[in-house]
Amino acid sequence: MTYQMTFRGAAVPAEPGQSIGAALVAAGILDWRTTRKGGRPRGMFCGIGVCFDCLITVDGVPGLRACLVPAVDGMTLGDVGDTGGMEDGDAGHV
Amino acid sequence: MTADLVVVGAGVVGAAGAYFASLAGLRVVVVERGALAGGTSSAGEGNLLVSDKEAGPELDLALYSQRIWREDLGEHAGLWEFESKGGLVVAASEHGLASLRELTVHQRRYGVEVRDVARAELRDYEPHLSDGLAGAAFYPQDAQVQPMLVVAHLLRLAREAGALVRTRTEVVGFLRDGDRVTGVRTTGGDIPAGAVLNATGTWAGGVADLAGVHVPVLPRRGFILVTEPMPSRTIRHKVYAAEYVGDVASSDAALQTSPVVEGTGSGTILIGSSRERVGFDRTVSGKAIGTLAAKAIALFPMLREVRAMRTYLGFRPYCPDHLPVIGPDPRAPGLWHACGHEGAGIGLSAGTGKLIAQALAGDGPDLDLTPFAPDRFPEPEEALR
Amino acid sequence: MPDTYDVAVVGAGPAGLAAAVESAAAGLGVVLIDAAGQPGGQYWRHYDENHARPDDRRGHHGWSTFTRLRERLDALTATGRIRYLPGHQVWLVTRDENGAFTLQLTPTTSTRVDGAEEAGLSRAETARALILCPGGYDRQLPIPGWDLPGVMAAGGAQALLKGHRTLAGRRAVVAGTGPFLLPVATGLARAGASLAAVVEANGTLGWLRDPVGAMSVPGKGVEALQYAALMARHRIPYRRGTVIREILGEGRVEAVRIARVDRVDGRLAGPEEEIAADLVALGWGFTPSLELPLMLGAETRRDVDGSLVVVVDDLQRSSVDGVYVAGEATGVGGAALAVAEGRLSAVALGVALRRTPESSRRAVVAVIGRLSREIRRGRRFAAAMHRAYPVPVAWTRWLSDSTLVCRCEEVSYGDLVRAHRDLGAEDPRTLKMLARPGMGWCQGRVCGFATAEISACLSRRETTAEDLRPLSTRSLAVPVTLGELAALADDLPGN
Repeated sequence: MTYQMTFRGAAVPAEPGQSIGAALVAAGILDWRTTRKGGRPRGMFCGIGVCFDCLITVDGVPGLRACLVPAVDGMTLGDVGDTGGMEDGDAGHV
Repeated sequence: MTADLVVVGAGVVGAAGAYFASLAGLRVVVVERGALAGGTSSAGEGNLLVSDKEAGPELDLALYSQRIWREDLGEHAGLWEFESKGGLVVAASEHGLASLRELTVHQRRYGVEVRDVARAELRDYEPHLSDGLAGAAFYPQDAQVQPMLVVAHLLRLAREAGALVRTRTEVVGFLRDGDRVTGVRTTGGDIPAGAVLNATGTWAGGVADLAGVHVPVLPRRGFILVTEPMPSRTIRHKVYAAEYVGDVASSDAALQTSPVVEGTGSGTILIGSSRERVGFDRTVSGKAIGTLAAKAIALFPMLREVRAMRTYLGFRPYCPDHLPVIGPDPRAPGLWHACGHEGAGIGLSAGTGKLIAQALAGDGPDLDLTPFAPDRFPEPEEALR
Repeated sequence: MPDTYDVAVVGAGPAGLAAAVESAAAGLGVVLIDAAGQPGGQYWRHYDENHARPDDRRGHHGWSTFTRLRERLDALTATGRIRYLPGHQVWLVTRDENGAFTLQLTPTTSTRVDGAEEAGLSRAETARALILCPGGYDRQLPIPGWDLPGVMAAGGAQALLKGHRTLAGRRAVVAGTGPFLLPVATGLARAGASLAAVVEANGTLGWLRDPVGAMSVPGKGVEALQYAALMARHRIPYRRGTVIREILGEGRVEAVRIARVDRVDGRLAGPEEEIAADLVALGWGFTPSLELPLMLGAETRRDVDGSLVVVVDDLQRSSVDGVYVAGEATGVGGAALAVAEGRLSAVALGVALRRTPESSRRAVVAVIGRLSREIRRGRRFAAAMHRAYPVPVAWTRWLSDSTLVCRCEEVSYGDLVRAHRDLGAEDPRTLKMLARPGMGWCQGRVCGFATAEISACLSRRETTAEDLRPLSTRSLAVPVTLGELAALADDLPGN
């Protein structure tokens, strides 16, 4: 059985046991948020929960590490303007 | 090498003193045993507050400092992320609000700008504030800086005006001529000087001891929690509970916490404040940081789900009467002090530095320094009697 | 308050697994806390066992060691001798007046905001002693373009394969230094990737230059030959004395530009060449995770490979009473060494807590002797490897003004240079305060080593342990919600 998740409206399949980050990479999606200052794309980097590059919103909960969260059927991934954590993409004054 | 002034300590007060003295044409040497801003200057939120001061000499100094930050230092404000964000002091109960209103009456009389904020207006100031608060007072003069940048840039500007800064250089004694202090002995050699300014914050008592004078500065520990980056303007002002004013003024040794919540330019939210007298113990106290979190959530329920990335602690330089020590020390002529600003050192540094420079140059300082006199405390043996 | 265990073992990789089962075998009450959902650590990372396939163990070294430890863990957990808490991270350790440690825990992955309320999760555990086996992760040096999507830590690319059956790209370049690049490259090749190159900064077979060290663990030579054979079979180009000069691409990796470096100090020395790739896997040795030992005040030192590690004595005891440390945190040295250290720490703790019956004293002394000899040999071998695959001395010269050093706070090399030159930041802590490297989400885990080296280099001196410490120390070992923090205030008595 293959799970189905959605990332910004697009279907992303996942194997049971896979992390959501792995499922995104397997689907050819390499980045899913941008940085606050430079708007640079971020996706998987360390792959083991250390770097926090892969932060993603899962079912409305922001700031989760995609490399660690196991895929679950029906998950909604990502949020428009995801910048990691509870962020709105507004860089403010830095 | 000889100097007109040796400033001991490269924290915010020392940096301000060095800056204004250099501008006044003095040859300044700053000596610092560690790195710049390595003590309490890098352990706070960077507050420039008038709101938490009751009428008296400290409020006078705070208002004077406000002027220096905005006028003398105004052209550099961008370098240290100066933000005139305003402070919102909230009261949970009608009783608390009544006390707050009483405080504001006195403060207004002293020149503090303050607006009464009714319960219905609270959300206009802070959309995420908890329900059930009674009201608030808004202080538009309250401002924030990034204090480490203040120190680094003031010292850079002082260097450009001719000052020398020597880090990793510890003062181990004083050069004397009778009672007179004529310079410092350091781990990097002797530096003769016309005057020496003790700007060593929480450690000022030890430096004063080296000169044989008693300055009772004690450490009062505080923790700050730093959250994950948040959208800008999530929390717009410095927001704190009215009880904070009472905690600041208290001398209790036991743990006190009053919530102080504010955003920063980098997106993080800083959560203070705790006070306890435990010497220089650097152990993270679960009780202190847990209580800070609980009280911050009481003010802003949405914070419950926000993650803390780190916590840091510092030691406020605290004097028994909660006033700083500023001015020449008659017990050791040539020795000056600018220390003991407790939790207000960042805000008060600008005024303190300017006043010291004026007094050193022989001009009458803009503010009477008598309330801050270094010899105002009883000598230790008198205190025992 | 929860029960007080004799020992809390943190980490269920090679060292932690060994420490936990040996502690339980010595009669100690054990709680084993691990961030991952199943045991094995980074080294024995494998696919979710609930959905296992027979070939999941392919490419694993020492798998039989793992399965033996795993069987013992299962048996000891079943009989209640070990309480095993997977999926938990320790975020704070405190010590009470009796010397007992309290470990505050948070779920590693929780898609619920108030995760601590979920069933089966523990919020805190207490123990009389600690065996800390936190492992490590790939050490990184910033390279122009290293934050493009498609660039990963070497261990991350491998974790996707071993833990998630996911190939991170079709055409890969594996780069950095050290023997670990080989299993990563051969693993990717075996999974079907085309390997454009392994780009190794150091020279060929450097470790043979230190025959004493290299000979100390004979099995390692065989392992190296196996990888050499795999490299040949998959026709993987092995570019020695070469580094990635820049990673190129619009929005994602498209190519790398490589260049030869000077053999002595790593200064760029040769013509540049462009290689197309859609995956770049980077590793420059490993960084031990020292959050917990540093939080407890354990003494640390700079190891042969330049990483900060915990100082331990010949029984794995740190400078803090009751705190044992085993595995990569005491010096990067691989899984076999980690297992030996984990076992030794447990045996030594059993003796210290007087749980070793008089009758078996002699046997225990023999075990300690054997493990100590094994550890000494392993350390010698590790040191030889570290000397053969150093981070090139001149690496900071590869950086340009705009190269990002801190990926979280987007701090460039130029920002660091200016903070040093204009603002007087002479040490990493001051650099951090003035330019913000290490102040973001990862709290310096990724850029800490590089920032310390850059700081020392700008001040024209050697990197010291003093430089590394401020960027390795974290007041909270992992981020934790304010809600969880607030609960702590209710749990703790008084001040």
